[in-house]
Amino acid sequence: MSKKVKTLFDKIYDKHVVESRDASPDVFYIDRHFIHEVTSPQAFDGLRKKGLTVARPKQTIATADHNVPTLNQHLPIKEMLSRIQVETLTQNCKEFGIDLYGLGHENQGIVHVIGPELGITQPGMTIVCGDSHTSTHGAFGSIAFGIGTSEVEQVLATQCVLQSKPKTMKIEINGALSEGVLSKDIILYIISKISAAGATGYFVEYCGTAISSLSMEARMTICNMSIEMGARGGLIAPDEITFEYLKGRSFAPKGEDWDKKMAYWSTLFSDPGASFDKVINFDAADIEPMITYGTNPGMGIGISHAIPTDDGTGEIDKAMSYMNLSSGENLEGQQIDYVFIGSCTNSRIEDLRLVADFVKDKRKADNVEVWIVPGSKKVEAQAIEEGLDQIFLKAGFELRQPGCSACLAMNEDKVPAGKYCVSTSNRNFEGRQGPGSRTFLASPLTAAAAAVTGKITDVRKLLKNTTYAV
Amino acid sequence: MPFDKFIDTAVPLPATNVDTDQIIPARFLKATTREGFGKNLFRDWRYDNEGNEKSDFVLNQSIFSGSILVTGKNFGCGSSREHAAWALSDYGFKVVISTFFADIFKNNALNNGILPIVADAVTMSKIFKAIEIDPTTKIEIDLPNERWSFDRETYSFEINAFKKECLIKGYNNMDYLVSKKGPIEKFEQEHIYC
Ligand code: SF4
Repeated sequence: MSKKVKTLFDKIYDKHVVESRDASPDVFYIDRHFIHEVTSPQAFDGLRKKGLTVARPKQTIATADHNVPTLNQHLPIKEMLSRIQVETLTQNCKEFGIDLYGLGHENQGIVHVIGPELGITQPGMTIVCGDSHTSTHGAFGSIAFGIGTSEVEQVLATQCVLQSKPKTMKIEINGALSEGVLSKDIILYIISKISAAGATGYFVEYCGTAISSLSMEARMTICNMSIEMGARGGLIAPDEITFEYLKGRSFAPKGEDWDKKMAYWSTLFSDPGASFDKVINFDAADIEPMITYGTNPGMGIGISHAIPTDDGTGEIDKAMSYMNLSSGENLEGQQIDYVFIGSCTNSRIEDLRLVADFVKDKRKADNVEVWIVPGSKKVEAQAIEEGLDQIFLKAGFELRQPGCSACLAMNEDKVPAGKYCVSTSNRNFEGRQGPGSRTFLASPLTAAAAAVTGKITDVRKLLKNTTYAV
Repeated sequence: MPFDKFIDTAVPLPATNVDTDQIIPARFLKATTREGFGKNLFRDWRYDNEGNEKSDFVLNQSIFSGSILVTGKNFGCGSSREHAAWALSDYGFKVVISTFFADIFKNNALNNGILPIVADAVTMSKIFKAIEIDPTTKIEIDLPNERWSFDRETYSFEINAFKKECLIKGYNNMDYLVSKKGPIEKFEQEHIYC
């Protein structure tokens, strides 16, 4: 065996190559495959047409999330097409022997929330899903990436995809975060610096003291948005925090099996001296609470900064006209209409706790509607158990049922045309939250502050008033 | 459908970072089949709220037509939805030319018989200019020789040899992967990590 120094990515990648030939892409083995109702029906259809079956049904896990209502989930889905799509998933899972956490199931939720929370996502694995935010699972030190429906079909049939090895990038962030700055701000900051296309063709490893001190949920927020700078995926080396999080979860290994896995997991780090195709360094102290002003996640600024002027490409001007904002303006004080706290980026229990802690004894501003959509049934149950639902109720925040909701607005949860929404989700594309909707991406804390004041707010100013510390 | 040499006119869409939510908005992803997405291609740029065509959008300008889309950098970023490739293909696009493509989109395009051609920025401004001056500018696409040309100038592009063969012969990855059943099962027996 070669003693070559390797990056974490290479270690996992190389272990999963079934066959590598010069002229063709690698046959790449997939340990876990998540599916949902929107990008899987055509894949199952394809299998049937080709007379193929699912090779390893136990390695695929299904849930209904993208298209489900977030109110009255016990009733049949009203919208016909959504109902058909969810029913089709149920039928397909039954026909091919795949475990489904459908509406009403205690494990149901956003695919990238339930995988980690159930302990299905583990270090050193390869994980795919027909969804670009599959990169979330990289927080456990796994290679996780989004695929298209044709590839979903291929994984179902063969448990493999064809893959060309991407380049590697290391993003190192050292130092301590300032008060009011969360992991969401770290990733929005990185994307604003390297642009929405800055990591295209790369697989990113995040490291440095500002990363290793984060909780698992905060790490997931970072890896989640890797795709927003074009990266194939992002990962973080597993450590004690990772193992501690995993221990005891439903699908995590137990007993002897745990020890065996630990032997493998403890090899999962980039060797000293391992070389990356690109290395970028940031200082955590430079990061303020972030907010986006435009129509891609790279268009973000620190809350105290003004919207930049167009660089001659017309991109910012186009975004300004869509957002009805102007370059040179500060966003602080900008009136808003909606706040959405949810999505696979920020809908976990820590996010909800943070928001609840902040809004305790406060009330939302009259001009805003606030939706909190937990990432999963388990998060929802936990929030209720901890009494967070009561805090939200008093604050005038509406706690909905789990799903993707206004992150992509496939269901009824849409921000109306022309309205402004501060959102903890991951995409501010034109129309993403509903046709004509205008999105400001931010951390859960910045979103909660906006909910309370009805305007875009520098949360740090409120923290000082209330002696609240993060 | 196998991919051959051909000559056609092009549709210019100089916007950068065109994400897949623009190519096909999420509310049209409720279908359970692959067909019919073309009518909602670029839906919110193409039609107003009442469903009327927006005259300033290029697909609504009859002087521009053809099966080649020429567009700005980072085309297809965002969501992994293959519906974006299905919509482009259903509408009739066979080639997309840009300075670069988002990774997942590129794969999805190739898996659906659409050829993504990467060109440098200088060539891109030339082609945009050429189409602006003369919307009937003909572009020749020569996949077997990895070349494309317009205005009597020829440019080369790169494509993975395997993908090229798949496109030309109309094969897809599934056939190849299914043929690897033996090695995959052998791998599974030795693969003890997960
Ligand atoms: S929450 Fe949003 S980004 Fe996450 S999986 Fe759902 S639709 Fe995709």
